[in-house]
Amino acid sequence: MPPLTFPDSVPLSWYLILSAVLFCLGVAGFVYRRNVITVFMSIELMLNAVNLTFITFSYKLKHVDGHIFAFFVMVVAAAEAAVGLAIILTVFKNRHTLLIDEVNSLKW
Amino acid sequence: MTPFFFFILAGFAVFCAISLVSQTHPIASALSLVGVMGALAVLYLQLGAEFLAAAQMIVYAGAIMVLFVFVIMLLNAGAEQEARRVSRLARFVGMFMMAALLGIISFTIQGQFPNMGSVTFGAWVGGTAQEVGMLLFTTYLLPFEITSILILIAIVGAIVLARREV
Repeated sequence: MPPLTFPDSVPLSWYLILSAVLFCLGVAGFVYRRNVITVFMSIELMLNAVNLTFITFSYKLKHVDGHIFAFFVMVVAAAEAAVGLAIILTVFKNRHTLLIDEVNSLKW
Repeated sequence: MTPFFFFILAGFAVFCAISLVSQTHPIASALSLVGVMGALAVLYLQLGAEFLAAAQMIVYAGAIMVLFVFVIMLLNAGAEQEARRVSRLARFVGMFMMAALLGIISFTIQGQFPNMGSVTFGAWVGGTAQEVGMLLFTTYLLPFEITSILILIAIVGAIVLARREV
């Protein structure tokens, strides 16, 4: 009886599919949730999924450039989180609500 | 051992992502997002991105999520009420569309990259802090400096927006 051998590697496309699954869940949260903070967190989830794709292709091409792009995505996400949360704070101060359905001044 | 860890971490990440979308309380969603980020950090480590795994934990799970939790507690955000009437048909169509989007993406990935090779832990460790720093301060020096200006603008913008009298 031959010894039981486990494969020691994972196909690279599984990482891409995991990234796609996380991205789709982020889109679902963005569309479905009403709380503006949860919507914001769904955007962060989508950014994370894209970072995973960058790093997977970086592994495939044996280049560090993908890591640099993921790093810039992280930095921009940090800036976006600071400004976005300040906007949420201001909206809450003026309107006393966190529901995105009720913040519709730009709708006509 | 790589597939074993991949399945554990991928399962944990997807579980936490579903929890993020389905929880009604923002704090529960935030903690689920921290779980996703932790699992992704270990997956980055598997792909040879040491520096980014550390940055993911420190910047994302550390700094950004603390900011989120801080704002949730500051605003005293409670559980979301199910006030909006969503029809059963719309819900069904939405789920179907999401599954279709996922299917199309997966199909494209499998079709475009049928034999892309595979990942073994430790086979390529290119993303050390030395390598990333070398590239960041030579080839990508200008974007890096522009990023610092972006951060400065974000700081000023956040302070102006969150002032008392707006």
